[in-house]
Amino acid sequence: MGNYFIAFKPLANLFADEIITPPPITKKTLEIGAKYSPEFACIPFKYNLGNYVEALESGANLLIQSGGGCRFGYYGEVQKEILKKIGYDFEFIKLNNNYFKALCEIRKFNQKLSYIKILKTALLSYFRLKVIDRIEDIIRKNLGFETKIGEYEKTYKKFLTELDLTKNIREVNTCEKKYLSIFRKIDIKKPSNPIRVAVIGELYVLMEPFSNFYIEKELAKRGIEVHRFVTVSSILHDVFSFGFHSRKFLSQAKPYLKYHIGAHGSESVGRANQLAKDGFDGIIHIKPFGCMPEVNAMSFLHNISKDYKIPIIYFSFDSQTSEAGVKTRIEAFYDMLSMKRNSLSIYETKANL
Amino acid sequence: MVVRFKFLCYLLNTMENNAKIKIGIPRALLYHKYHKLWEIFFEELNCLTIISPETNKEIIENGVNLAIDESCLSLKIFLGHINYLKDKADYILIPHIVSLHRKEEICVKLISLYDITRSIFKNLNLVEYTVDVNNFNPEFFSFLKLGWRFNKNPFFIIRAYIKAKKQQKKCEQKLIDDQVKKLNTKNQDDIFVLIVSHPYTTYDGLLGKPIIKFLEYQNVKLIYSDITDKKMIKNLYKNISSDLYWTYSKELLGGLELYKNQVDGIIFLVTFPCGPDALTTNLCQNKLKKLMIVITIDELWGEAGLKTRLESFVDILKLRKQNG
Repeated sequence: MGNYFIAFKPLANLFADEIITPPPITKKTLEIGAKYSPEFACIPFKYNLGNYVEALESGANLLIQSGGGCRFGYYGEVQKEILKKIGYDFEFIKLNNNYFKALCEIRKFNQKLSYIKILKTALLSYFRLKVIDRIEDIIRKNLGFETKIGEYEKTYKKFLTELDLTKNIREVNTCEKKYLSIFRKIDIKKPSNPIRVAVIGELYVLMEPFSNFYIEKELAKRGIEVHRFVTVSSILHDVFSFGFHSRKFLSQAKPYLKYHIGAHGSESVGRANQLAKDGFDGIIHIKPFGCMPEVNAMSFLHNISKDYKIPIIYFSFDSQTSEAGVKTRIEAFYDMLSMKRNSLSIYETKANL
Repeated sequence: MVVRFKFLCYLLNTMENNAKIKIGIPRALLYHKYHKLWEIFFEELNCLTIISPETNKEIIENGVNLAIDESCLSLKIFLGHINYLKDKADYILIPHIVSLHRKEEICVKLISLYDITRSIFKNLNLVEYTVDVNNFNPEFFSFLKLGWRFNKNPFFIIRAYIKAKKQQKKCEQKLIDDQVKKLNTKNQDDIFVLIVSHPYTTYDGLLGKPIIKFLEYQNVKLIYSDITDKKMIKNLYKNISSDLYWTYSKELLGGLELYKNQVDGIIFLVTFPCGPDALTTNLCQNKLKKLMIVITIDELWGEAGLKTRLESFVDILKLRKQNG
């Protein structure tokens, strides 16, 4: 998913002789995935399956699938059966919210491994994740305003190669500090009050830029400050907070929700409510087609949009979604936002006169 | 004299009924599973239950207009039923069931029913009861809380709950007995078909019932996978799927495992786009070696195409039977 494989590399290194990073996601991945998956499974399922097939083709024999709230927890078993039916030979580990069992299973592959070492590398992975998320957040907010186009991306690539070489937490920290100062020095021309847009929705399509047709870059190019709150580290916080986070989101979504609506649906509603109160210019809600919790959330988002007069645009991604259609709609959304801004400023100047 | 007495009785009866609180129960989703429990519970509490009619074209149309277009057909039908009830009842009952057993879940569509209805119909009096075993909220206490709104005598409510629960069990047992009897009186030439689908699809007036009628017209004996002894099939689903966690899907797969050797063919009825079913049916297709057909129903299905498919499926079964 995105550039996160760099973070998980040390963890995988512990118990495997050789790691095979699957080739980057392309149209072909999706084609393979869609060919073998059930027809109305959601799009992350198809991408995952495509990735697995491509990894198995290039010689992998151990696959790992995590698990979560909605249908995600059930992916593992169905995918295993499908891959077996195609005729591959492999081992499959399902994490499925039962971390201790998964840990025992992982230890089978390398008996000499001590738990302390596993914990240490897990921490290293976690810190790498956090650094990646922090840097990406800065890029998202400033990419649209750089004076020399392409500078952010160039520095980001350099940063990733350097992060890959770090061996312990201290090195990760020095790497972070170095690149934070470098990013700060990049020349930008940012107005004092730029158009702010938040992207919310389902985790996978949010975090995998290929699956949402690089929606964030598309927005940033037009001079918009893009905010995104869901990252891998935020999900980890969520998982290990014993329900504290989800309760927080439920209280944020208060007048609209009384109970949880499953998986990360209540998070979307809570965030949208908070963003509307904070005075964001627009919200983009993206989800795979047929995603159950996010479709639930949509009916509340309609109400929030009506009550706070905040524009919300909905995208749903499937294997048939066309890139041109998404781009056209984003362009129209941007035009609408900037026109709204202009008309508001005219009103304000009139009022001042 | 007699006529006058009857008229008086009728008048008194209607007056009493008018004074009673009217509770609307939509004939959709979990109604098909718990209808006896709800009806008798409210009857015992001196409330009048108004149940919406069988799903018809008008209800489905209203539901489709009200719901988000990507939500599943069952939810759309549910909203159509609520739309029918909204002016006719004082309160509308909506179950909010989160988990029925430890470490199990329910489809997220059913969890969010209450909030979705509240967001679409404003100023509607809704009553809900929560069952969430994972968070220590069993059915009994939530029924006590539900009954408290209509009657302030806790013993009265407990009695009503126990009576309703007993009737519910009796009703379920009768269905099971009927099914077992059907299987035991098996002829050589009879064709048995197992229908695997949620009760809210199978027994719905517009989704499942026409299909059942058509199959029975073709002289096919039908077995339903949702009619089972829940204690008996508790761990049977594990033969098909080891880490399934939706309670209702577990029950269906358990039923499938129980009956699969006694039937000739299997029909899966799936509403479009049902999340859990999309994965479980795929798993069953990959694992089981039986003659099976998956029928997906959405709001624009053509009846002729459906009938042709069912007919050819039955023909295949008949041919197989003849050839041994």
